[in-house]
Amino acid sequence: MKILVSVKRVIDYNVKVRVKADHTAVDLTNVKMSMNPFCEIAVEEAIRLKEKGIASDVVVVSVGSKSCQETLRTALALGADRAIQVETEDGLDSLSVAKLIAKVAQEEAADLVIMGKQSIDSDNNQTGQMLAALLDYPQATFASEVVIENGEAHVTREIDGGLQTLAITLPAVITTDLRLNEPRFASLPNIMKAKKKPLDVKTPADLGVEVGSNVSIVSVTPPPQRAGGIKVGSVAELVDKLKNEAKVVS
Amino acid sequence: MSILILAEHDNKSLKPATLNTVTAATQIGADVHLLVVGFECQTVVEQASQVAGVSKVLVADNAVYEHQLAENVSKLVVDIASGYGHILAPATTTGKNTLPRVAALLNVAQLSDVIKVESADTFVRPIYAGNAIATVKTTDAVKVLTVRSTGFDAAASTGGNAEREVLSQVIASDRSRFVKEQLAESDRPELTAANVIISGGRGMGNGENFKLLEGVADKLGAAIGASRAAVDAGFVPNDLQVGQTGKTVAPDLYIAVGISGAIQHLAGMKDSKVIVAINKDEDAPIFQVADYGLVADLFDAVPELEKSL
Repeated sequence: MKILVSVKRVIDYNVKVRVKADHTAVDLTNVKMSMNPFCEIAVEEAIRLKEKGIASDVVVVSVGSKSCQETLRTALALGADRAIQVETEDGLDSLSVAKLIAKVAQEEAADLVIMGKQSIDSDNNQTGQMLAALLDYPQATFASEVVIENGEAHVTREIDGGLQTLAITLPAVITTDLRLNEPRFASLPNIMKAKKKPLDVKTPADLGVEVGSNVSIVSVTPPPQRAGGIKVGSVAELVDKLKNEAKVVS
Repeated sequence: MSILILAEHDNKSLKPATLNTVTAATQIGADVHLLVVGFECQTVVEQASQVAGVSKVLVADNAVYEHQLAENVSKLVVDIASGYGHILAPATTTGKNTLPRVAALLNVAQLSDVIKVESADTFVRPIYAGNAIATVKTTDAVKVLTVRSTGFDAAASTGGNAEREVLSQVIASDRSRFVKEQLAESDRPELTAANVIISGGRGMGNGENFKLLEGVADKLGAAIGASRAAVDAGFVPNDLQVGQTGKTVAPDLYIAVGISGAIQHLAGMKDSKVIVAINKDEDAPIFQVADYGLVADLFDAVPELEKSL
Protein backbone atom coordinates (compact mmCIF):
# COMPACT_ATOMS: atom_id res chain seq x y z
CA MET A 1 0.00 0.00 0.00
CA LYS A 2 1.22 3.44 -0.88
CA ILE A 3 0.64 6.38 1.45
CA LEU A 4 0.84 10.01 0.39
CA VAL A 5 1.47 12.52 3.17
CA SER A 6 1.22 16.25 2.65
CA VAL A 7 3.38 18.59 4.70
CA LYS A 8 3.37 22.37 5.05
CA ARG A 9 6.13 24.76 6.02
CA VAL A 10 4.79 27.27 8.53
CA ILE A 11 6.03 29.71 11.14
CA ASP A 12 7.41 27.76 14.11
CA TYR A 13 4.72 27.32 16.75
CA ASN A 14 6.91 28.93 19.43
CA VAL A 15 7.39 32.19 17.52
CA LYS A 16 5.50 35.25 18.66
CA VAL A 17 3.66 36.48 15.59
CA ARG A 18 4.10 40.09 14.47
CA VAL A 19 1.72 41.81 12.10
CA LYS A 20 3.38 44.03 9.44
CA ALA A 21 3.04 47.75 10.04
CA ASP A 22 1.14 48.22 6.77
CA HIS A 23 -1.43 45.62 7.89
CA THR A 24 -1.08 43.49 4.78
CA ALA A 25 0.13 40.28 6.38
CA VAL A 26 2.08 38.69 9.20
CA ASP A 27 5.81 39.45 9.04
CA LEU A 28 7.64 36.26 8.04
CA THR A 29 11.06 37.75 7.25
CA ASN A 30 13.85 36.18 9.33
CA VAL A 31 11.33 34.19 11.32
CA LYS A 32 11.99 30.58 12.25
CA MET A 33 9.95 28.22 10.07
CA SER A 34 9.20 24.55 10.76
CA MET A 35 7.01 21.69 9.67
CA ASN A 36 3.40 22.28 10.74
CA PRO A 37 2.91 20.21 13.96
CA PHE A 38 -0.16 18.39 12.61
CA CYS A 39 1.83 17.42 9.48
CA GLU A 40 4.59 15.94 11.68
CA ILE A 41 1.95 13.71 13.22
CA ALA A 42 0.77 12.69 9.74
CA VAL A 43 4.32 11.76 8.71
CA GLU A 44 4.82 9.80 11.93
CA GLU A 45 1.60 7.84 11.40
CA ALA A 46 2.58 6.93 7.84
CA ILE A 47 6.01 5.74 8.99
CA ARG A 48 4.46 3.67 11.76
CA LEU A 49 2.17 2.03 9.18
CA LYS A 50 5.27 1.24 7.15
CA GLU A 51 7.05 -0.18 10.17
CA LYS A 52 4.04 -2.42 10.80
CA GLY A 53 4.35 -3.73 7.24
CA ILE A 54 1.01 -2.21 6.22
CA ALA A 55 2.47 0.46 3.96
CA SER A 56 5.19 -0.27 1.43
CA ASP A 57 5.89 3.22 0.23
CA VAL A 58 5.55 6.64 1.88
CA VAL A 59 5.62 9.65 -0.44
CA VAL A 60 5.59 13.18 0.97
CA VAL A 61 4.35 16.19 -0.94
CA SER A 62 4.52 19.90 -0.21
CA VAL A 63 3.03 22.78 -2.16
CA GLY A 64 4.97 26.04 -2.09
CA SER A 65 8.16 27.86 -2.92
CA LYS A 66 11.62 26.26 -3.02
CA SER A 67 12.08 26.70 0.73
CA CYS A 68 9.52 23.95 1.39
CA GLN A 69 12.12 21.45 0.12
CA GLU A 70 13.68 21.82 3.57
CA THR A 71 10.42 20.60 5.11
CA LEU A 72 10.33 17.69 2.66
CA ARG A 73 13.91 16.75 3.61
CA THR A 74 12.82 16.71 7.25
CA ALA A 75 10.04 14.26 6.35
CA LEU A 76 12.54 12.13 4.41
CA ALA A 77 14.86 12.13 7.42
CA LEU A 78 11.97 10.91 9.56
CA GLY A 79 11.50 7.92 7.25
CA ALA A 80 9.55 8.88 4.14
CA ASP A 81 10.85 7.25 0.93
CA ARG A 82 10.38 9.94 -1.66
CA ALA A 83 9.35 13.59 -1.90
CA ILE A 84 7.50 15.79 -4.37
CA GLN A 85 7.53 19.57 -4.30
CA VAL A 86 4.81 21.32 -6.23
CA GLU A 87 6.49 24.62 -7.05
CA THR A 88 4.12 27.55 -6.44
CA GLU A 89 4.12 30.81 -4.58
CA ASP A 90 3.57 30.44 -0.83
CA GLY A 91 0.19 30.98 0.77
CA LEU A 92 -2.05 29.39 -1.83
CA ASP A 93 -5.61 28.84 -0.62
CA SER A 94 -6.85 25.45 0.57
CA LEU A 95 -8.85 24.67 -2.57
CA SER A 96 -5.86 25.20 -4.87
CA VAL A 97 -3.64 23.09 -2.62
CA ALA A 98 -6.30 20.37 -2.54
CA LYS A 99 -6.53 20.39 -6.36
CA LEU A 100 -2.75 20.03 -6.70
CA ILE A 101 -2.52 17.26 -4.11
CA ALA A 102 -5.49 15.48 -5.71
CA LYS A 103 -3.56 15.28 -8.99
CA VAL A 104 -0.45 14.02 -7.23
CA ALA A 105 -2.52 11.40 -5.38
CA GLN A 106 -3.97 10.21 -8.68
CA GLU A 107 -0.61 10.12 -10.44
CA GLU A 108 0.94 8.23 -7.54
CA ALA A 109 -2.13 5.98 -7.20
CA ALA A 110 -1.93 6.44 -3.43
CA ASP A 111 -4.18 4.16 -1.40
CA LEU A 112 -4.29 6.54 1.52
CA VAL A 113 -3.61 10.24 1.96
CA ILE A 114 -2.72 11.38 5.49
CA MET A 115 -2.49 15.06 6.33
CA GLY A 116 -2.74 17.35 9.33
CA LYS A 117 -6.18 18.57 10.37
CA GLN A 118 -5.11 22.20 10.07
CA SER A 119 -2.07 24.38 9.60
CA ILE A 120 -1.21 26.65 12.50
CA ASP A 121 -0.81 29.73 10.28
CA SER A 122 -4.06 30.02 8.32
CA ASP A 123 -6.01 27.82 10.79
CA ASN A 124 -8.39 26.80 8.01
CA ASN A 125 -8.96 23.11 8.67
CA GLN A 126 -10.15 22.55 5.09
CA THR A 127 -7.59 20.95 2.77
CA GLY A 128 -8.13 17.29 3.73
CA GLN A 129 -11.90 17.54 3.42
CA MET A 130 -11.59 19.37 0.07
CA LEU A 131 -9.13 16.79 -1.21
CA ALA A 132 -11.50 13.96 -0.27
CA ALA A 133 -14.35 15.75 -2.06
CA LEU A 134 -12.32 16.33 -5.24
CA LEU A 135 -11.23 12.69 -5.36
CA ASP A 136 -14.67 11.47 -4.23
CA TYR A 137 -12.91 9.51 -1.47
CA PRO A 138 -14.33 8.96 2.01
CA GLN A 139 -12.75 11.01 4.77
CA ALA A 140 -11.94 10.63 8.46
CA THR A 141 -10.98 13.94 9.99
CA PHE A 142 -9.44 14.72 13.41
CA ALA A 143 -8.13 11.18 13.83
CA SER A 144 -6.78 10.04 17.19
CA GLU A 145 -6.46 6.36 16.24
CA VAL A 146 -6.06 4.60 12.90
CA VAL A 147 -6.35 0.84 12.39
CA ILE A 148 -6.09 -0.53 8.86
CA GLU A 149 -7.40 -3.97 7.95
CA ASN A 150 -9.08 -5.62 4.95
CA GLY A 151 -9.01 -2.55 2.77
CA GLU A 152 -10.73 -0.46 5.42
CA ALA A 153 -9.48 2.11 7.88
CA HIS A 154 -11.14 2.14 11.29
CA VAL A 155 -10.57 5.66 12.49
CA THR A 156 -11.39 7.08 15.90
CA ARG A 157 -12.21 10.75 15.55
CA GLU A 158 -12.20 13.54 18.12
CA ILE A 159 -15.64 15.13 18.03
CA ASP A 160 -17.15 17.82 20.26
CA GLY A 161 -18.89 15.43 22.65
CA GLY A 162 -16.16 12.79 22.83
CA LEU A 163 -14.97 10.18 20.35
CA GLN A 164 -16.51 8.60 17.26
CA THR A 165 -15.26 5.64 15.24
CA LEU A 166 -15.85 5.37 11.51
CA ALA A 167 -14.90 2.66 9.03
CA ILE A 168 -13.88 4.05 5.65
CA THR A 169 -13.04 2.10 2.52
CA LEU A 170 -9.67 2.77 0.91
CA PRO A 171 -8.61 4.82 -0.97
CA ALA A 172 -9.39 7.50 1.57
CA VAL A 173 -8.21 10.70 3.23
CA ILE A 174 -7.37 10.90 6.94
CA THR A 175 -6.54 14.12 8.81
CA THR A 176 -4.62 13.94 12.07
CA ASP A 177 -5.39 15.33 15.49
CA LEU A 178 -2.70 15.98 18.09
CA ARG A 179 -3.37 12.85 20.08
CA LEU A 180 -2.80 10.44 17.20
CA ASN A 181 0.85 9.88 18.05
CA GLU A 182 4.07 11.34 19.41
CA PRO A 183 6.33 12.23 16.46
CA ARG A 184 9.94 11.01 16.58
CA PHE A 185 13.05 13.10 16.08
CA ALA A 186 15.28 12.66 13.06
CA SER A 187 18.72 11.26 13.89
CA LEU A 188 21.83 12.76 12.30
CA PRO A 189 22.59 9.66 10.15
CA ASN A 190 19.00 9.76 8.90
CA ILE A 191 19.29 13.45 8.09
CA MET A 192 22.42 12.63 6.04
CA LYS A 193 20.66 9.74 4.31
CA ALA A 194 17.66 11.95 3.52
CA LYS A 195 19.87 14.14 1.33
CA LYS A 196 20.23 11.23 -1.09
CA LYS A 197 16.53 10.36 -1.25
CA PRO A 198 14.69 11.42 -4.44
CA LEU A 199 12.90 14.79 -4.47
CA ASP A 200 10.95 15.64 -7.63
CA VAL A 201 9.79 19.12 -8.50
CA LYS A 202 6.56 19.61 -10.41
CA THR A 203 4.64 22.70 -11.44
CA PRO A 204 0.87 23.24 -11.44
CA ALA A 205 1.13 23.17 -15.26
CA ASP A 206 2.74 19.70 -15.13
CA LEU A 207 -0.25 18.58 -13.11
CA GLY A 208 -2.73 20.36 -15.36
CA VAL A 209 -4.13 22.45 -12.51
CA GLU A 210 -4.89 26.14 -12.67
CA VAL A 211 -4.44 27.79 -9.30
CA GLY A 212 -6.10 30.98 -8.19
CA SER A 213 -8.57 32.24 -5.66
CA ASN A 214 -11.50 34.60 -5.43
CA VAL A 215 -10.57 35.42 -1.87
CA SER A 216 -8.41 38.47 -1.15
CA ILE A 217 -7.03 39.80 2.10
CA VAL A 218 -8.31 43.28 2.92
CA SER A 219 -6.21 43.68 6.04
CA VAL A 220 -4.38 41.82 8.78
CA THR A 221 -4.35 43.50 12.18
CA PRO A 222 -3.15 42.57 15.64
CA PRO A 223 -5.96 41.35 17.92
CA PRO A 224 -7.33 43.78 20.50
CA GLN A 225 -5.00 43.84 23.49
CA ARG A 226 -6.39 43.01 26.88
CA ALA A 227 -5.77 45.70 29.43
CA GLY A 228 -3.30 44.58 32.06
CA GLY A 229 -5.02 43.26 35.13
CA ILE A 230 -4.14 43.36 38.78
CA LYS A 231 -2.77 40.83 41.21
CA VAL A 232 -4.83 40.20 44.29
CA GLY A 233 -3.33 39.17 47.60
CA SER A 234 -5.85 36.64 48.83
CA VAL A 235 -8.83 34.51 47.92
CA ALA A 236 -11.07 36.83 49.95
CA GLU A 237 -9.90 39.84 47.93
CA LEU A 238 -10.43 37.88 44.70
CA VAL A 239 -14.01 36.98 45.61
CA ASP A 240 -14.68 40.57 46.66
CA LYS A 241 -13.40 41.89 43.31
CA LEU A 242 -15.45 39.37 41.35
CA LYS A 243 -18.60 40.29 43.27
CA ASN A 244 -18.27 44.04 43.58
CA GLU A 245 -15.96 45.23 40.80
CA ALA A 246 -16.34 42.80 37.89
CA LYS A 247 -19.84 41.81 39.02
CA VAL A 248 -19.54 38.39 37.41
CA VAL A 249 -20.30 36.49 40.61
CA SER A 250 -23.45 37.16 42.60
CA MET B 1 -30.35 35.39 -2.49
CA SER B 2 -31.20 33.24 0.50
CA ILE B 3 -28.82 31.94 3.15
CA LEU B 4 -28.62 28.26 4.05
CA ILE B 5 -27.42 27.09 7.46
CA LEU B 6 -26.53 23.49 8.18
CA ALA B 7 -28.05 22.99 11.63
CA GLU B 8 -25.98 21.42 14.41
CA HIS B 9 -27.92 18.78 16.33
CA ASP B 10 -27.71 15.26 17.75
CA ASN B 11 -31.12 14.06 16.42
CA LYS B 12 -32.62 15.00 19.80
CA SER B 13 -32.06 18.72 20.21
CA LEU B 14 -30.84 21.69 18.25
CA LYS B 15 -27.39 22.73 19.53
CA PRO B 16 -26.89 26.33 20.73
CA ALA B 17 -24.11 26.96 18.18
CA THR B 18 -26.82 26.94 15.50
CA LEU B 19 -28.44 29.98 17.15
CA ASN B 20 -25.21 32.00 16.99
CA THR B 21 -24.88 31.04 13.35
CA VAL B 22 -28.42 32.31 12.67
CA THR B 23 -27.37 35.70 14.08
CA ALA B 24 -24.36 35.78 11.76
CA ALA B 25 -26.65 34.93 8.84
CA THR B 26 -29.14 37.69 9.67
CA GLN B 27 -26.24 40.15 9.60
CA ILE B 28 -25.52 39.06 6.02
CA GLY B 29 -29.08 39.29 4.75
CA ALA B 30 -32.66 38.20 5.08
CA ASP B 31 -34.35 34.91 4.24
CA VAL B 32 -32.43 32.46 6.37
CA HIS B 33 -33.11 28.76 5.89
CA LEU B 34 -32.07 26.01 8.29
CA LEU B 35 -31.23 22.58 6.94
CA VAL B 36 -31.78 19.73 9.40
CA VAL B 37 -30.15 16.51 8.22
CA GLY B 38 -30.60 13.54 10.53
CA PHE B 39 -32.73 10.57 11.50
CA GLU B 40 -35.87 10.66 13.65
CA CYS B 41 -35.08 14.26 14.41
CA GLN B 42 -38.63 15.59 14.69
CA THR B 43 -37.97 17.52 17.92
CA VAL B 44 -35.00 19.22 16.26
CA VAL B 45 -37.26 20.30 13.40
CA GLU B 46 -39.78 21.67 15.93
CA GLN B 47 -37.07 23.68 17.67
CA ALA B 48 -35.58 24.86 14.39
CA SER B 49 -38.93 26.21 13.15
CA GLN B 50 -39.26 28.38 16.24
CA VAL B 51 -35.89 30.11 15.95
CA ALA B 52 -36.38 33.83 15.40
CA GLY B 53 -35.15 35.00 12.01
CA VAL B 54 -35.51 31.65 10.23
CA SER B 55 -38.04 31.64 7.37
CA LYS B 56 -37.81 28.04 6.27
CA VAL B 57 -36.66 24.70 7.68
CA LEU B 58 -35.56 22.08 5.19
CA VAL B 59 -35.73 18.54 6.55
CA ALA B 60 -33.85 15.47 5.38
CA ASP B 61 -34.87 12.73 7.80
CA ASN B 62 -33.61 9.31 6.84
CA ALA B 63 -31.63 6.47 8.39
CA VAL B 64 -28.72 7.16 6.02
CA TYR B 65 -28.26 10.58 7.66
CA GLU B 66 -28.28 9.36 11.27
CA HIS B 67 -24.61 10.11 11.94
CA GLN B 68 -24.36 13.04 9.52
CA LEU B 69 -21.44 11.57 7.61
CA ALA B 70 -19.65 14.23 5.58
CA GLU B 71 -19.78 12.16 2.39
CA ASN B 72 -23.54 12.17 1.98
CA VAL B 73 -24.45 15.37 3.82
CA SER B 74 -22.11 17.38 1.58
CA LYS B 75 -23.70 15.92 -1.55
CA LEU B 76 -27.16 16.70 -0.21
CA VAL B 77 -26.20 20.32 0.50
CA VAL B 78 -24.72 20.70 -2.98
CA ASP B 79 -27.88 19.16 -4.42
CA ILE B 80 -30.02 21.97 -2.97
CA ALA B 81 -27.39 24.74 -3.18
CA SER B 82 -28.75 26.58 -6.20
CA GLY B 83 -30.54 29.75 -5.15
CA TYR B 84 -28.34 30.25 -2.09
CA GLY B 85 -25.75 33.02 -2.01
CA HIS B 86 -24.29 31.86 1.30
CA ILE B 87 -23.96 28.47 2.95
CA LEU B 88 -23.07 28.53 6.64
CA ALA B 89 -22.44 26.07 9.43
CA PRO B 90 -21.31 26.51 13.02
CA ALA B 91 -17.54 25.93 13.37
CA THR B 92 -18.11 22.78 15.41
CA THR B 93 -16.41 19.49 14.60
CA THR B 94 -19.44 18.54 12.48
CA GLY B 95 -19.44 21.83 10.56
CA LYS B 96 -15.68 21.72 10.08
CA ASN B 97 -15.92 18.15 8.85
CA THR B 98 -18.64 18.73 6.29
CA LEU B 99 -18.51 22.27 4.96
CA PRO B 100 -15.08 22.24 3.22
CA ARG B 101 -16.35 19.20 1.33
CA VAL B 102 -19.36 21.25 0.23
CA ALA B 103 -17.11 24.13 -0.85
CA ALA B 104 -14.84 21.88 -2.91
CA LEU B 105 -17.82 20.25 -4.65
CA LEU B 106 -19.06 23.76 -5.51
CA ASN B 107 -15.50 24.73 -6.58
CA VAL B 108 -15.37 27.71 -4.21
CA ALA B 109 -13.19 28.68 -1.27
CA GLN B 110 -14.33 28.43 2.33
CA LEU B 111 -13.82 30.96 5.09
CA SER B 112 -13.35 29.21 8.44
CA ASP B 113 -14.20 30.44 11.93
CA VAL B 114 -15.72 33.76 10.95
CA ILE B 115 -16.01 36.06 13.99
CA LYS B 116 -17.52 39.14 12.33
CA VAL B 117 -19.60 40.01 9.28
CA GLU B 118 -18.44 43.25 7.62
CA SER B 119 -20.74 42.91 4.61
CA ALA B 120 -22.24 40.19 2.44
CA ASP B 121 -18.82 39.48 0.89
CA THR B 122 -16.35 40.63 3.56
CA PHE B 123 -15.71 38.74 6.75
CA VAL B 124 -13.30 38.76 9.69
CA ARG B 125 -11.50 35.67 10.97
CA PRO B 126 -8.60 34.96 13.32
CA ILE B 127 -5.37 33.44 11.97
CA TYR B 128 -2.11 32.33 13.64
CA ALA B 129 -3.96 31.01 16.70
CA GLY B 130 -5.78 34.29 17.16
CA ASN B 131 -2.56 36.33 17.13
CA ALA B 132 -3.67 38.16 14.00
CA ILE B 133 -7.09 39.10 12.71
CA ALA B 134 -7.67 38.92 8.96
CA THR B 135 -10.41 40.73 7.06
CA VAL B 136 -11.08 38.83 3.85
CA LYS B 137 -13.24 39.51 0.83
CA THR B 138 -14.58 36.80 -1.42
CA THR B 139 -16.05 37.15 -4.89
CA ASP B 140 -17.06 33.51 -5.13
CA ALA B 141 -20.61 33.04 -6.43
CA VAL B 142 -21.51 31.04 -3.34
CA LYS B 143 -19.88 32.06 -0.09
CA VAL B 144 -19.25 29.11 2.18
CA LEU B 145 -18.42 29.96 5.80
CA THR B 146 -18.12 28.34 9.18
CA VAL B 147 -19.07 30.61 12.05
CA ARG B 148 -17.31 30.79 15.41
CA SER B 149 -20.18 30.82 17.89
CA THR B 150 -18.40 33.02 20.44
CA GLY B 151 -18.27 35.82 17.85
CA PHE B 152 -22.05 36.23 17.69
CA ASP B 153 -24.93 36.41 20.19
CA ALA B 154 -27.45 33.59 20.09
CA ALA B 155 -30.68 34.21 18.15
CA ALA B 156 -33.87 33.83 20.19
CA SER B 157 -34.90 30.19 20.26
CA THR B 158 -38.59 31.10 20.25
CA GLY B 159 -40.79 33.54 18.41
CA GLY B 160 -40.12 32.26 14.92
CA ASN B 161 -42.60 30.43 12.75
CA ALA B 162 -40.74 28.97 9.82
CA GLU B 163 -42.42 26.97 7.08
CA ARG B 164 -41.17 23.42 6.54
CA GLU B 165 -40.11 21.60 3.47
CA VAL B 166 -39.31 17.91 3.43
CA LEU B 167 -36.46 16.92 1.13
CA SER B 168 -36.88 13.64 -0.68
CA GLN B 169 -33.23 13.07 -1.68
CA VAL B 170 -31.71 9.99 -0.10
CA ILE B 171 -27.98 9.91 -0.62
CA ALA B 172 -26.35 6.83 0.82
CA SER B 173 -22.68 6.71 1.65
CA ASP B 174 -21.33 3.31 0.70
CA ARG B 175 -17.66 3.84 1.56
CA SER B 176 -18.03 5.32 5.01
CA ARG B 177 -19.90 3.81 7.91
CA PHE B 178 -20.43 4.63 11.54
CA VAL B 179 -18.97 2.09 13.96
CA LYS B 180 -19.38 3.52 17.45
CA GLU B 181 -19.37 6.59 19.62
CA GLN B 182 -18.08 7.22 23.14
CA LEU B 183 -19.60 10.42 24.43
CA ALA B 184 -18.52 11.95 27.71
CA GLU B 185 -21.40 12.20 30.19
CA SER B 186 -21.81 15.45 32.05
CA ASP B 187 -24.52 17.27 34.01
CA ARG B 188 -22.65 20.54 33.70
CA PRO B 189 -23.36 23.20 31.09
CA GLU B 190 -21.83 22.68 27.68
CA LEU B 191 -18.36 24.19 27.57
CA THR B 192 -18.94 26.48 24.59
CA ALA B 193 -22.26 27.76 25.97
CA ALA B 194 -21.34 28.19 29.66
CA ASN B 195 -21.34 31.63 31.31
CA VAL B 196 -18.64 30.59 33.73
CA ILE B 197 -15.78 28.17 33.10
CA ILE B 198 -13.16 26.87 35.50
CA SER B 199 -10.23 25.19 33.76
CA GLY B 200 -7.33 23.19 35.08
CA GLY B 201 -3.88 22.74 33.62
CA ARG B 202 -0.77 20.72 34.24
CA GLY B 203 -0.56 22.27 37.70
CA MET B 204 -3.50 20.10 38.77
CA GLY B 205 -0.98 17.25 39.02
CA ASN B 206 -3.37 14.42 38.19
CA GLY B 207 -6.92 13.63 37.08
CA GLU B 208 -8.10 12.97 40.62
CA ASN B 209 -7.35 16.56 41.60
CA PHE B 210 -9.77 17.89 38.98
CA LYS B 211 -12.46 17.00 41.55
CA LEU B 212 -11.23 20.09 43.42
CA LEU B 213 -12.63 22.23 40.62
CA GLU B 214 -16.06 20.60 40.85
CA GLY B 215 -16.96 22.31 44.12
CA VAL B 216 -16.32 25.76 42.64
CA ALA B 217 -18.04 24.76 39.40
CA ASP B 218 -21.15 23.63 41.31
CA LYS B 219 -21.38 26.90 43.22
CA LEU B 220 -20.98 29.03 40.09
CA GLY B 221 -22.96 26.80 37.70
CA ALA B 222 -19.77 26.59 35.71
CA ALA B 223 -18.47 24.20 33.08
CA ILE B 224 -15.10 22.53 33.64
CA GLY B 225 -12.39 22.91 31.02
CA ALA B 226 -8.75 21.96 30.66
CA SER B 227 -5.59 23.02 28.92
CA ARG B 228 -3.92 20.84 26.32
CA ALA B 229 -1.19 19.99 28.81
CA ALA B 230 -3.78 18.52 31.17
CA VAL B 231 -5.44 16.57 28.37
CA ASP B 232 -2.15 15.29 26.95
CA ALA B 233 -1.10 14.19 30.43
CA GLY B 234 -4.28 12.12 30.52
CA PHE B 235 -5.84 13.99 33.47
CA VAL B 236 -9.16 14.54 31.67
CA PRO B 237 -10.80 13.58 28.35
CA ASN B 238 -9.96 15.72 25.33
CA ASP B 239 -13.47 17.11 24.84
CA LEU B 240 -12.72 19.41 27.80
CA GLN B 241 -9.82 21.03 25.97
CA VAL B 242 -9.94 24.78 25.51
CA GLY B 243 -7.54 26.22 22.95
CA GLN B 244 -6.57 26.53 19.32
CA THR B 245 -6.90 22.79 18.79
CA GLY B 246 -9.77 22.36 21.23
CA LYS B 247 -12.79 24.51 21.89
CA THR B 248 -13.04 28.27 21.67
CA VAL B 249 -14.92 29.81 24.55
CA ALA B 250 -15.86 33.33 25.61
CA PRO B 251 -17.70 33.12 28.93
CA ASP B 252 -18.36 36.02 31.33
CA LEU B 253 -15.89 34.54 33.78
CA TYR B 254 -12.98 32.22 32.99
CA ILE B 255 -10.97 30.87 35.91
CA ALA B 256 -7.62 29.35 34.87
CA VAL B 257 -6.19 27.13 37.59
CA GLY B 258 -2.63 25.86 37.29
CA ILE B 259 -2.50 26.91 33.63
CA SER B 260 0.66 28.62 32.40
CA GLY B 261 -1.03 30.35 29.47
CA ALA B 262 0.63 29.02 26.30
CA ILE B 263 -0.57 30.78 23.12
CA GLN B 264 -2.35 27.61 22.07
CA HIS B 265 -4.53 27.90 25.19
CA LEU B 266 -4.96 31.69 25.05
CA ALA B 267 -6.28 31.34 21.47
CA GLY B 268 -9.28 29.53 22.88
CA MET B 269 -10.22 31.76 25.80
CA LYS B 270 -8.81 35.26 25.52
CA ASP B 271 -12.14 36.73 24.44
CA SER B 272 -13.63 35.90 27.82
CA LYS B 273 -15.08 38.93 29.61
CA VAL B 274 -13.21 38.48 32.89
CA ILE B 275 -10.21 36.19 33.27
CA VAL B 276 -8.96 35.00 36.65
CA ALA B 277 -5.66 33.17 36.99
CA ILE B 278 -4.58 31.11 39.97
CA ASN B 279 -0.99 29.98 39.63
CA LYS B 280 1.96 29.70 41.96
CA ASP B 281 4.41 30.89 39.29
CA GLU B 282 4.13 34.66 39.31
CA ASP B 283 5.90 34.88 35.91
CA ALA B 284 3.38 32.62 34.14
CA PRO B 285 2.18 34.28 30.89
CA ILE B 286 -1.44 33.74 31.94
CA PHE B 287 -1.04 36.74 34.27
CA GLN B 288 -0.53 39.01 31.25
CA VAL B 289 -4.11 38.42 30.12
CA ALA B 290 -5.75 37.88 33.50
CA ASP B 291 -7.89 40.66 34.93
CA TYR B 292 -7.36 39.24 38.40
CA GLY B 293 -4.34 37.17 39.22
CA LEU B 294 -3.71 35.28 42.42
CA VAL B 295 -0.22 33.95 43.03
CA ALA B 296 -0.92 30.99 45.27
CA ASP B 297 -0.81 27.23 45.52
CA LEU B 298 -4.00 26.04 43.87
CA PHE B 299 -4.40 23.26 46.43
CA ASP B 300 -4.91 25.93 49.11
CA ALA B 301 -6.64 28.55 46.99
CA VAL B 302 -9.28 26.46 45.22
CA PRO B 303 -10.83 24.93 48.38
CA GLU B 304 -10.77 28.36 50.00
CA LEU B 305 -12.45 29.86 46.94
CA GLU B 306 -15.15 27.19 47.12
CA LYS B 307 -15.83 28.01 50.77
CA SER B 308 -16.05 31.75 50.22
CA LEU B 309 -18.52 31.60 47.32
